[in-house]
Amino acid sequence: MNARFSWNIADDVRQMLAFHFMVNALRAGTIVAVVAGAIGYFMVLRRQSFAGHTLAVIGFPGAAGAIWLGINAGFGYFGFCIAGALVIAALSRNGRANTGLGGDAQESAVIGTVQAFALACGFLFVSLYKGFLSGLNSLLFGSIVGVTDTQLVTLLIAGLGCLVALAAFGRRLLFASVDPDVAQARGIPVRLVNGAFLVLLGIAAAGTSQVTGSLLVFALLVAPAATAVRLTARPAAGLVLSVVLALAVTWVGEGIAFFSPYPIGFWVTTLAFGSFLLAAGYRAAVDRAGRRGASRAERVTVSTAGSPA
Amino acid sequence: MRPIDDSRVVVSLEHAATTVGGRTIWSDVTLQVRAGEFVAVLGPNGVGKSTFLKALLGLQPLSAGQLEVLGTHQGRQNARIGYLPQRRAFDPSTRIRGVDVVGLGWDGDRWGIPLPARFGGRHAREGDERVREVIELVGATSYAYRPIGECSGGEQQRLLIAQALVSRPDLLLLDEPLDSLDVTNQASVSALIQSVCRSQGVAVLLVAHDVNPILRYLDQVIYLARGGAVMGPPEEVITADTLTMLYGTPIDVLRDRAGRLVVVGQPDSHTHHHSST
Repeated sequence: MNARFSWNIADDVRQMLAFHFMVNALRAGTIVAVVAGAIGYFMVLRRQSFAGHTLAVIGFPGAAGAIWLGINAGFGYFGFCIAGALVIAALSRNGRANTGLGGDAQESAVIGTVQAFALACGFLFVSLYKGFLSGLNSLLFGSIVGVTDTQLVTLLIAGLGCLVALAAFGRRLLFASVDPDVAQARGIPVRLVNGAFLVLLGIAAAGTSQVTGSLLVFALLVAPAATAVRLTARPAAGLVLSVVLALAVTWVGEGIAFFSPYPIGFWVTTLAFGSFLLAAGYRAAVDRAGRRGASRAERVTVSTAGSPA
Repeated sequence: MRPIDDSRVVVSLEHAATTVGGRTIWSDVTLQVRAGEFVAVLGPNGVGKSTFLKALLGLQPLSAGQLEVLGTHQGRQNARIGYLPQRRAFDPSTRIRGVDVVGLGWDGDRWGIPLPARFGGRHAREGDERVREVIELVGATSYAYRPIGECSGGEQQRLLIAQALVSRPDLLLLDEPLDSLDVTNQASVSALIQSVCRSQGVAVLLVAHDVNPILRYLDQVIYLARGGAVMGPPEEVITADTLTMLYGTPIDVLRDRAGRLVVVGQPDSHTHHHSST
């Protein structure tokens, strides 16, 4: 990169926006961050991070295969991720949130095997497509120069679709995630909701892969949401905070990547990880202070209700 | 037998039976529950008490007979039923407030996204008020704004009872609601359920493995068995003769000095499942 960073931020931004690839990267990053932040919040609440990661890894052979066949990589990502989501939804037998994936040891072993196979297939496709050496790195770890105009349109359509779906059934999804038995009794088709969410997760993972690479989707899909739930237990606030954090780490990460010789995936992941550490530290401190306060209060008043956990 | 007032019947079964995996769980169940009645569903382990509640919700099909809930077929009026499934413990790391879980009982089955009440419409604001009201009713105000995973088992149970009550149901189905509570809380929650039942005319069907904590609040008990069911006032049904006839095996009902009932000899491995432990 021949750009040089000055402490005049407005000037730096102008410098970045002079490059079409950078404009595209920021546009793609914005779409992806909003979707990943929102979907990621529900994924963390539902403890389906393993499913999210699996879907992202499944996207890799999709993209590599698409490039090998001369098709837009975006279609490969979305095709494989959505298909993968449908397979996982069909596999999770009772369709319950906490057992959807990872709850059952045997099931997670199966998924782990599929994940390894997906990575191997991706590598095969990359080898078949000769002269594609730098491509492997950007598929796995993300690239700032990779986003084409067509890809951007695909991302925008997929992202809007995700958000519209989430806006339509977000509350039912929350109910089915937090309290599946009662949700079922109240007439929510819990199994269908879980399946639909996995498809949204597949779309989010496919989109995120195109910015951060298949192996680093967690930077946007998990870290902002995990940070948000440590800062607030209110669903609406958590959702907004997760999106804001994802946007912040994406924009800042892309900015740093533009001015530094190191890859974007590293910067976005590092920022996300840093904010997560801060939030986890804050939570631990608040909880410790809360416990001390609670035990003080208990000494003063004799509590008749159940003792705090 | 009391005279039957049909307009107040909320649950009605006629020769109902259900099977799970080809095995008959209970059969030939004929009974009626009226508005404002507090009814305990009893019987040995594995007799299908939870399945009975699921049948009322339409989550478990009948293999024979008729079943009407709130004047229509099973599963049609579930928005008017408050349901508390068997013990659900929230994972300690669950980062969602008790008040939000209660709120899902109000509008969790609606489309849209969960916005704070001040951005919502009239229904959301009304829900906000109602949620606060039931949380106060169950005495959970002091911990309702903490993440529910950090609440104790008893606190979680009160919040879940509030969730079942929040939509002003006409029928409450509670599956072992006293299970995770200590003796003091068992008494106060039983009294709470009875007062809701009396003051709001809600019919309550409560599954219990120990009848003693609720005995003095109950109007009726239902004993389920593979070949039938009996329903009636506790003092008529929880007797050696009735239970021996229902289960076809010698059963004794003992009463200790504190008035607690102990059922001995039921056809399962837990002979003491009616005694308080």
